[in-house]
Amino acid sequence: MNLYPVRAIYMAEMARTRRTLLQSIVSPVISTSLYFVVFGAAIGSRITEIGGVSYGAFIVPGLIMLMLLTQSVSNASFGIFFPKFSGSIYEILSAPISYLEIVVGYVGAAASKSILLGLIILGTSSFFVPLEIAHPFWMLTFLVLTAVTFSLLGFIIGIWADGFDKLQLVPLLVITPLTFLGGSFYSIDMLPPFWQSVTLANPVVYLVSGFRWSFYGISDVSLGASVAMILLFLAASLATIAWIFRTGYRLKP
Amino acid sequence: MNDPIITIDGLNKTYDGGFQALTRVDLTIQRGEIFALLGPNGAGKTTLISLVCGLVNPSEGHVIVDGFDSVRDYRQARERIGLVPQELTNEAFETVWNTVSFSRGLFGKSPNPAHIEKVLKSLSLWDKRHNRLMTLSGGMKRRVLIAKALSHEPRILFLDEPTAGVDVELRRDMWNVVRGLRDDGVTIILTTHYIEEAEEMADRIGVINRGEIVLVEEKAALMKKLGSKQLTLQLHSPLAELPPALAQEELSLAADGYELVYTYDGRQEEEGRGISTLLTQLEQAGISFKDLHTRQSSLEDIFVDLVKERS
Repeated sequence: MNLYPVRAIYMAEMARTRRTLLQSIVSPVISTSLYFVVFGAAIGSRITEIGGVSYGAFIVPGLIMLMLLTQSVSNASFGIFFPKFSGSIYEILSAPISYLEIVVGYVGAAASKSILLGLIILGTSSFFVPLEIAHPFWMLTFLVLTAVTFSLLGFIIGIWADGFDKLQLVPLLVITPLTFLGGSFYSIDMLPPFWQSVTLANPVVYLVSGFRWSFYGISDVSLGASVAMILLFLAASLATIAWIFRTGYRLKP
Repeated sequence: MNDPIITIDGLNKTYDGGFQALTRVDLTIQRGEIFALLGPNGAGKTTLISLVCGLVNPSEGHVIVDGFDSVRDYRQARERIGLVPQELTNEAFETVWNTVSFSRGLFGKSPNPAHIEKVLKSLSLWDKRHNRLMTLSGGMKRRVLIAKALSHEPRILFLDEPTAGVDVELRRDMWNVVRGLRDDGVTIILTTHYIEEAEEMADRIGVINRGEIVLVEEKAALMKKLGSKQLTLQLHSPLAELPPALAQEELSLAADGYELVYTYDGRQEEEGRGISTLLTQLEQAGISFKDLHTRQSSLEDIFVDLVKERS
């Protein structure tokens, strides 16, 4: 692997984050703080502890996961969509670099931004609620794996999208609803039995559950199921990207 | 000169919709030359460049760049190539310096500020290095694209309509830049609509029409072979018709008989009936003239004739 092109793409993408600091970092942090005010302080005070954890602390992993998923998809999809939109993708496609290097550059930058954001939100949360991280290694593993996997998904969406409307379609209509319904703000034990079964079909449940387990040692599904789900996602995203580059789908006629 | 740097062999391109953009294109580009690819809109010029540079997948055929297959050995092939696209495409919010440095890194080269400085200075972009691209004029953006293409020190430079939308002064500046690159040993392939550009700069000309290479020729030889000259004599007195002694297919009357137009291409001289013979015949026939001028057909005339002939 030639590291110069990877570095060039990575640094250019990170520079874009610096240029749009307000949108990239500040805006998600403010949104998260608002969630704490509404769900943690206003509503949370009326909800009893869940699994021995105060409601305010309980929603922290879900909130981080919500931001992680949406920002990973958004960062990565915009990163590759914009050169397509502006036409400057010609330079990427005519450069002596492998598909792997392109993906590592774009997805690496998008995942880095999301991880950074996740850690900032974690820090912000500590101002609102007392936090404990029971399994730091697993917390970081879930954080990194989820950021990388959903950045890969964002990369796919960025290549698939042929307009700004499509770029927003999946994050708004798929990712956000699945995250809200994926146990970010509640334990699925709180649902009626029928809806508990339905919710288990939502893959985000496994990610939120595993991530929450790394904090408090409580989960809706087993750790094994959570890890398997994220690895399944990762494998599916990698296979799709491999197919895109092999066929030139929406990149090379 | 036979030192090919690009060899295109049996290249076909049919797009998904069934449109055949290129049909069995065979072409060799010699090291160090300026090759101009001419063709009307939709002839396949940009498709051909895109195939060589890796932007489009070939349906059939091969491209060898300096001994490397453009698909199998894409790294070695592409690192030798710089591409200046037709469209003004760049990252609007980046500065000139950053975008040119980015291109160098993208092509796998270690940072070299001295080289970037040299390129920017050669293109009169040095003073603009901290400017964002969105603040530059169209001509300056075009220069930035050239700077990006030169940032990794390519041995081959593709210029796809390099001076489209550029004013005359800037166009001449760019021609000087291109000549300078050629002097440094860079092989240049340019597509253009401006025949004047090809005539001014190219060593060889290729004409492409409807996806097929119609002709490849040294520019001078092409002009000599297909170009023609016209001698126009302005007569003292008009002629109603040509005297029988002067009747020949190369000679005609114009301007109500006040002008005698002789069209020739060099064959006539070889056959012993060139200009000197004509002038002697005119004197013998008692036809006098007060002025004369000659005109040589341009590459544009040749190009239009060629494309018309093949259509």
